[in-house]
Amino acid sequence: MLTPEQLRDITESPYKADFPLLAKHPEIVFLDSAATAQRPACVLDAERTFYETMNANPLRGLYRLSVEATESIEAARARIASFIGAVDGTGKPQASQIVFTRNASESLNLVARTLPQVVGLGPGDDVVISIMEHHSNIIPWQQVCAATGANLVYLRLDDDFTITQDEVEAKIGPAAKIVSVTHVSNVLGVENDVAAIAARAHQMGAKMVVDGAQSVPHLSIDVKALGCDLLAFSAHKMGGPMGIGVLWGTSELLDAMPPFLTGGEMIDSVTETSAVWAPVPQKFEAGTQDAAGSYAFDAALAYLQDHDMAALETREHLLATYLTDQLAALDFVHVIGPADGARHVGAVAFNVEGVHPHDVASILDMGNVCIRAGHHCAQPLLAYLGESSTCRASIAFYNDKQDIDALVEGLKTVWQVFNGS
Amino acid sequence: MAVNPLYNAQFIDHAQHPDYKYQMDDPTMSHEGVNPSCGDELTFSVRLAEDGTIEEAAFVGSGCAISQASADMMSDLMVDKTPAEAIELCELFKRMIRGEETDDAVLEQLDEAAMLRDIAHMPARVKCAELAWRTLQEMLEAHGATASMTATVSAACDHDHSHDGEVG
Repeated sequence: MLTPEQLRDITESPYKADFPLLAKHPEIVFLDSAATAQRPACVLDAERTFYETMNANPLRGLYRLSVEATESIEAARARIASFIGAVDGTGKPQASQIVFTRNASESLNLVARTLPQVVGLGPGDDVVISIMEHHSNIIPWQQVCAATGANLVYLRLDDDFTITQDEVEAKIGPAAKIVSVTHVSNVLGVENDVAAIAARAHQMGAKMVVDGAQSVPHLSIDVKALGCDLLAFSAHKMGGPMGIGVLWGTSELLDAMPPFLTGGEMIDSVTETSAVWAPVPQKFEAGTQDAAGSYAFDAALAYLQDHDMAALETREHLLATYLTDQLAALDFVHVIGPADGARHVGAVAFNVEGVHPHDVASILDMGNVCIRAGHHCAQPLLAYLGESSTCRASIAFYNDKQDIDALVEGLKTVWQVFNGS
Repeated sequence: MAVNPLYNAQFIDHAQHPDYKYQMDDPTMSHEGVNPSCGDELTFSVRLAEDGTIEEAAFVGSGCAISQASADMMSDLMVDKTPAEAIELCELFKRMIRGEETDDAVLEQLDEAAMLRDIAHMPARVKCAELAWRTLQEMLEAHGATASMTATVSAACDHDHSHDGEVG
């Protein structure tokens, strides 16, 4: 439960004015940021500024515009590296460890297509993932296991929605070569102890991949503290544009991994029969990149930094707690996940008794309340939990208490529609 | 909060207290329809009379209110229709929920199911609404594709009372 002072802190949002869609449509109650976040005006401006002032194909040009385009991408890489703690001993960002992709899904596909070769994955080896993965961190590994004869092993949750240390030690053994786990569940909103899982993975000689799509937007991330080897995330879930994703990796591993896509911009030299790869990160960036998108993502991160990521994180923590508490207080609503609101990062899954989630979402939409309903691209998790689909409300720092109160009122209407008033 | 008239009392009654949701004892044919993306699933059964018309229609399964209410309204509509008429009504329903047919005089043929016309403005729910209709149409067409429907019917009645077989 929040204190009166904490409630006062989230009563209104000082941030909505910065987000054109929210500012122009105060009637919209946007509680689906886990699917994609809204973008602040500075990000939209940046996209336009790129094309108006520095538009040229980056990397190859020898004229000033192209150099500026290249520099904008490199500046974005440096800020992203700083943002996730990818810095050297002197605090200098390790920009070359930042690979641009289209989204977290592509980052994970890149890893699944290239890491097995580095670790020599073969029959009898284990690839370990968790039951709470998004399909993006399941299907690529199913494909890898089918192709290599490796086993796909699942870390499962206990009744408290936790992957226990016992489970980690039982499932990650000497046969494990790759461990790939989400930092925060996109359905349950729970945070996994990725550092402990990474420590076990490394102890067994496995590489540790983290899906950060739902954590990097909400938590202050330090890849060194997480102890992972590779981290995937998406710009669009943190105020950046759609179509930009990131793969961070240690220099050693990125150097060892073969290219994913091949073609232009990813080579040093090409002959009739062979090619020499460009150094990391260009080795993984075939073809013209979305330079304007990178530049706009840079602006999104600058926005988060200017507004103090730690303060935003605190606010989101209060919002998630209030959201969980309010849902749990409705006797016809069943929260799927921890009852303790403090354990939710961004998202809370729930169902309304006797009402299908799609009907809940449709009726809420009639009151301009936007939530997600369905399997959330996590069908194995829902099957494990014995649910065919759920509702999911998710918050970002720009939400406020009024948004959550509107959801609660909407849910009361849903109940009345199906049960009379 | 203003709720769209789609979720009216009559609609909710069909969803919560469907008259035609039960396991039929001796169906002529049954067919399962699924919407993998929403988890809606239903098995629709009909029994044909001697003259080939639909004598009884029923369904079992689970899903959202729209899929359930739609199946119930459809079942009511189909009784006494010939398979050919039923298929025409399925086509009309699909045109309605895609916004391709809006003429009230035409939609009258759908009786109560015409209340689902607002689905045309809810593209995410079209698959829910059409599940029963698509399932029925697939079943009837598969059945009609056999040379002698009557012969197949009696064979099915003689040998198979399991109710869950796909139409072959």
